[in-house]
Amino acid sequence: MRWWTRGSITSEYRRPSVLRRLWRQRAALVGVFIIAALALAGVLAPIIAPYNPVKQDLAHVLLPPCPTHPLGTDHLGRDILSRIIYGARLSLFIGFLAVGLGLALGVPLGIVSGYYGGWADLVVQRLVDIMLSFPSFLLALSLVALLGVGLTNVILAVGVSTIPSFIRLTRGAVLVIREQTYIEAARAVGTGDGRILFRHILPNVTAPVVVQATLSLGVAVLMASGLGFLGLGVQPPTPEWGAMLGEGRNYIFSAPYVATFPGLAIFLAVLGFNLVGDGLRDALDPRLRLV
Amino acid sequence: MAGIGTYLVRRLGATLVALLGVSTIVFLMVRVLPGDPARVIAGLLASEEEVARIRTQLGLDLPLHLQYVRFLGALLRGDLGRSARTFEPVTLEIMHRLPNTVLLAISSSLLAAVLGIGAGALAATHANTVLDYTISTVVLFGISMPVYWLGTMLILLFSIKLRWLPAAGAEGPTSLILPTVTLASFSVALVARMTRSSMLEVMRSDYILTARAKGLPEHRVIRIHGIRNALIPVITVVGLQFGNLLGGAVLTESVFGWPGMGLLLVESIFSRDYPMVQGIVLVFAFLVAAVNLVVDLAYALVDPRIHYV
Repeated sequence: MRWWTRGSITSEYRRPSVLRRLWRQRAALVGVFIIAALALAGVLAPIIAPYNPVKQDLAHVLLPPCPTHPLGTDHLGRDILSRIIYGARLSLFIGFLAVGLGLALGVPLGIVSGYYGGWADLVVQRLVDIMLSFPSFLLALSLVALLGVGLTNVILAVGVSTIPSFIRLTRGAVLVIREQTYIEAARAVGTGDGRILFRHILPNVTAPVVVQATLSLGVAVLMASGLGFLGLGVQPPTPEWGAMLGEGRNYIFSAPYVATFPGLAIFLAVLGFNLVGDGLRDALDPRLRLV
Repeated sequence: MAGIGTYLVRRLGATLVALLGVSTIVFLMVRVLPGDPARVIAGLLASEEEVARIRTQLGLDLPLHLQYVRFLGALLRGDLGRSARTFEPVTLEIMHRLPNTVLLAISSSLLAAVLGIGAGALAATHANTVLDYTISTVVLFGISMPVYWLGTMLILLFSIKLRWLPAAGAEGPTSLILPTVTLASFSVALVARMTRSSMLEVMRSDYILTARAKGLPEHRVIRIHGIRNALIPVITVVGLQFGNLLGGAVLTESVFGWPGMGLLLVESIFSRDYPMVQGIVLVFAFLVAAVNLVVDLAYALVDPRIHYV
């Protein structure tokens, strides 16, 4: 093969990149668009929100959607659209930090458990068994009940409840990878465990972990807003979607829009993460496609 | 079926270890995490004597290892302590609410199984058609929808606008409909996904090809060979979903004022009734462990390809 033909031949047979494969999936693109729009709304909240989200206007309580308040006002006269825009900032912040916590603890534990096996595996797996005995929302609820309500504790509670799924997933992937010939070859040439873990194992578990992390973002948003709905999440007057929905429920007979729009925002955010997660899964490993 | 006895003993052992771990964590949660439960129960304005009295009453003044031994001993006798709010035995209050939660969980599981398997099988047999895409979209919506929002919207439509069904409470069979549909929504979607993927896999198997080659009509191929074999992993998903269902029950019961353990848990958290919270969390965890054990054993019995190692 001549050197000038080498590039064209390899590029002809090269598998399209993950981003390109993701780009081809319209559903995943819709998800990317939803998340990008919500993230942008959150970042630009001080500029684009028409009103102060916590400022009460008791002369205009429970107004239905109208030109001055496109999504209406709540029981304290606060503009629902502004609160939803600011709520995007908070919900995404909680989701990313909680899943970050789950990743930071779950992936290393899963790698150690899968790669070293033995006692480390036994201890980690029993820990996972115990954590999985608690339904994840119940685990988060119990932690918040004991730690107290508030932003930090919600992030901690939701983050801790995502740890076991990351441990299980990473361990499973490592168990397969560690039996591969290239790992055996690396060991045969005297490569140390640390180098094998960072150079060979970690990059190869990234794909399933990224998919799981994206899907977990949706679950984290659902859980955090569920806690808010029960009054055990971020406390008023902070605009948080779940808490807004919880408060709006009291006015479901007279002003149903107060509960409808925050719920729609939660649904859209979770849908966005699920679409991106499903798209990433199909792009990274089409064999895993479910629906 | 050589080795099933060993598998049974091993699986039972693992469950017992997990339950001991769960009990230990619940015990430690209340005692080790920041905050004094006695002070929390007594309230901020209570005197030191009052706090000390509650601490003695709950046994919190004893060394931790003694508290643990007492806790485990009581647990083995089915004694979960007394409610800090009503002073009634926790076990009694839980037993009073448990049937309602179990009823809701079972009705939702059944609905999820029937609708999910039906929708999944339909999507698989019509793969890559408009019907398949429609079902897939509905499934995705079901997975993404917060149960507490869906419940609120169902109340708005069926109780407020149409006045067909009661909005809250547990009076008569009609009051079970909306909570069941709400709680089942997520599981329906998940079961449909699993059924579709499992069935597509099964329909590519050699024995399906053989059945078709024998001249068996397509509906019989699907019914006898397709769905039956595809259902094995789906049964596991339905069982394992039980934990999530109990988590969702807390929210669903709160939306509909359904008098189950989930609502009791939320009420107990707000009234800082730690013995009750501890008891309910333990019962929930024990239920999940028991259902997981039954599902695992059923799976091992149903699928002859599983080796008991």
